[in-house]
Amino acid sequence: MIRQPRGLLLAFVLVWIVVYPVLLVVVDSVHGPGGFTLEYMAAFAREPQEWSALWGSLWISVASVALAGLIGVPLGFVFERLDFPGRRVLGALVALPAVLPPLVGVIAFLFLYGESGFVARAIMQVFGLEEAPWRLRGAGAILLVHAYSMYVYFYLFTRAGLVKVDASMVEAAHSLGSGTWATLRRVTLPLLRPQLAAAALLTFMTALGSFSAPYIFGGGFRVMTTQIVASKLNGDMRMAIVETAALAAVALAGLFLLRRQGGARSVVAVGKGTPPAARALQQPLARWGATAVGWAFAVMLLLPHVTLIVVSLVPLGTWTTQLVPPAYTLANYGTLISEPERLRPLVNSLWMASAATLGALGLALWAGRLVVQRRATLRGAIETLVSVPWAIPGTVLAIALATAFSVRAPWVGRWVLVGTAVILPLAYLVRNIPIAAGSVLAGFRQLDPSLDEAAASLGAGRVRTLRTVTVPLLRPAILAGGALAFATALGDFVTSIVLYTYETRPISIEILSSLRAFDIGSAAAYGVVLMLISAVAMVVGTRR
Amino acid sequence: MTDSFLQLERLTKRFGAHAAVSDLTLSVARGSVLALLGPSGSGKTTTLRLLAGFDRPDAGSIAVDGRDVTALAPAERRFGMVFQHYALFPHLTVAENVAYGLAGRGSVEDRARRVAEMLALVDLQGFGERQVSALSGGQQQRIAVARALAPEPRVLLLDEPLSNLDPSLRERTRRELRAALARVGMTTVFVTHEQEEAFALGDRVAVLNEGRLEQVGTPPELYDRPRTLFVATFVGRASVLRAKMSGTSAARLDAGAEWPVETPVQLGDGTLATVVVRPEAVSFAAAGLAGTVTGCRYTGARAYFTVAVGAGDAAADVEVEAPVRAARVGDAVHLAADHALAFPAEQT
Repeated sequence: MIRQPRGLLLAFVLVWIVVYPVLLVVVDSVHGPGGFTLEYMAAFAREPQEWSALWGSLWISVASVALAGLIGVPLGFVFERLDFPGRRVLGALVALPAVLPPLVGVIAFLFLYGESGFVARAIMQVFGLEEAPWRLRGAGAILLVHAYSMYVYFYLFTRAGLVKVDASMVEAAHSLGSGTWATLRRVTLPLLRPQLAAAALLTFMTALGSFSAPYIFGGGFRVMTTQIVASKLNGDMRMAIVETAALAAVALAGLFLLRRQGGARSVVAVGKGTPPAARALQQPLARWGATAVGWAFAVMLLLPHVTLIVVSLVPLGTWTTQLVPPAYTLANYGTLISEPERLRPLVNSLWMASAATLGALGLALWAGRLVVQRRATLRGAIETLVSVPWAIPGTVLAIALATAFSVRAPWVGRWVLVGTAVILPLAYLVRNIPIAAGSVLAGFRQLDPSLDEAAASLGAGRVRTLRTVTVPLLRPAILAGGALAFATALGDFVTSIVLYTYETRPISIEILSSLRAFDIGSAAAYGVVLMLISAVAMVVGTRR
Repeated sequence: MTDSFLQLERLTKRFGAHAAVSDLTLSVARGSVLALLGPSGSGKTTTLRLLAGFDRPDAGSIAVDGRDVTALAPAERRFGMVFQHYALFPHLTVAENVAYGLAGRGSVEDRARRVAEMLALVDLQGFGERQVSALSGGQQQRIAVARALAPEPRVLLLDEPLSNLDPSLRERTRRELRAALARVGMTTVFVTHEQEEAFALGDRVAVLNEGRLEQVGTPPELYDRPRTLFVATFVGRASVLRAKMSGTSAARLDAGAEWPVETPVQLGDGTLATVVVRPEAVSFAAAGLAGTVTGCRYTGARAYFTVAVGAGDAAADVEVEAPVRAARVGDAVHLAADHALAFPAEQT
């Protein structure tokens, strides 16, 4: 007797849209017209370019983890343990880079630190240089962008971890004669280990799958994600598939290694979990020092956002050699709405992101119900399946979907979706599943399971219970997960560039083509709109 | 039972290889209160969940008023349930909580009247607009009762109804609960691990142990005439002594002396027995079981004395209830028993 056919159905759906396409890619990488073959693998292995791309992806990711940790962890300590004027406002500002969609962040950096950006122009002006003093190219540029956007993971995880470290534990260490540094090294940091491992894993995966920064700034520097897209755009699908399989393998290996780091020695802190109060900085010099550094840092974080807004006001073709743009106009925003062809990407992104978010939330609610049920058969499998897309780099997912759904073979669950309006929302949906499920499942776990039973014993059926009890109580979790998922889908670039068609082109693709046409004002205007919608979504989503 | 309203027939529930409830048959008369009493893991909460329909039994049936409800979903059963942690809906007001089970019944006014009636029943008139989180534990418990009773369930189920209350509140809440249940004449089953609660609230008490029914009866029946060693020791205070039957109505204690005993189960001459005796059935005497007073716990005019008897394998402590001045710690005393019970010796 199958007691949970619904659990089975959900597992089946998840396997079909998440695991199956990736498996097809792996199979296709060793399977030609004549059956099993290592020919494609060999072709991949013979190319020195491929090896350098693989190596590039790997070391960039490791370096990103190191850099993000070096910035994020001390910052987390400062904001959680020290008190100084402006701590609250600054503490919130510091998490700001997280709201910037990757491509938007990259073009903001381009306008700010690029060879024709504000900073370069200022230096040229001051020193009377003929040429830009640097070019924002290669590994250094990629790492700069990664450090800017990814330290937030370490910052947030460190703060979350520090909140849980019981004050009495630190006091116990002090009373046993341990000094401040020894306590930090031997008590606090080991207790933070699970959080730091989680942040490292998140950073590693994000950096490994990062596409926007290497694509715009890479120049001759190769990483796997750009390599895959280049192969795909050159029409060499076979090479793209092998490269995708290789990147997926690196992602899996990274996941496995870092998981083990965090999991094997995860410590459960006992105690009531009262964190030590933030120590107020008493010395005036330290106070003002901390405040000044804090605000300087905040200004640096805000500069890309401000830059984007300024550039979005530049009329087409007016800003040539001047330090700051000579003219400002709102025309770039006007044409965004008045010209149907410019409005289209906006509309496309909005409906595709909405559909993907609703779909992902639906799946998350479905999964959540099954996972918290006391004896649902497939709960473990479903929990794993909803988190899997998170470990799949966006490029891998895009190539996998492009492979799986470019063939009509209904009896093995394959239809031609590539080139239709369905494929991009589907890709966004798959990428959104772990985001939505993470939040919704956490919400479900906090629900008292007897609330459902109470409703049932009062005569409420499944639908009424869901409508009147479960969903209202989960609303904060649904909103938070939905907002994050929506913002992610709205700003997506990495899967879009593989799967878009002219009719379904999203904002990110339009930003890219505006940039190519040197219409920087429009590109920035799209970026600002994207940034604002994401910010509004996040504010709505995290409101209590 | 002639007037059986709720009938559990050979109910069995297994989790994996472990039988949480096995072969449980019980009946509850209309309008009466049954307590399910047992230690944790005895299957009492599982029984309640089977009754509510949250879990399905592997075998056996549940019938209400002669109709089998075993296959009905919880929503169709019309059993009210009061949860251990109350499970009030935190996003709804008190009135909305109480009205939850009234959806689709009568007019808006009818429902409002019923809610007011229920709030009056639990003595919380005028609390309707409050938020649930603004209530004290005792008030939340009463709202949970009102919510469960509002749709006029056929049976009310309560899971450890008083366990989440301060000891100071329990006594009063228990009396109020008892009064409310009597007023509506509700057939009720509740679960508790505390004998005092079971005796104070239950018309009849079913003692469960390891998923099996040990005995069911009124509180005096259970206290005075326990049918098993488990019931004798779990219900009320009792001292346990090893013995061998001497005839069929007396036992020769391993610690010395011979006491007259009653035997719920026939025991032949010479069989090994376990003798159970309540503190109030033992008294200090001129002759009898010899021992030394090792402890004393005062409860006012009377006291509980601990008397160590026997030596080696036969060593045991006997509790004696007596006037405070009857003995002092260190005294050598003799004990007589006027009402002891003998059960077949535990297999060790």
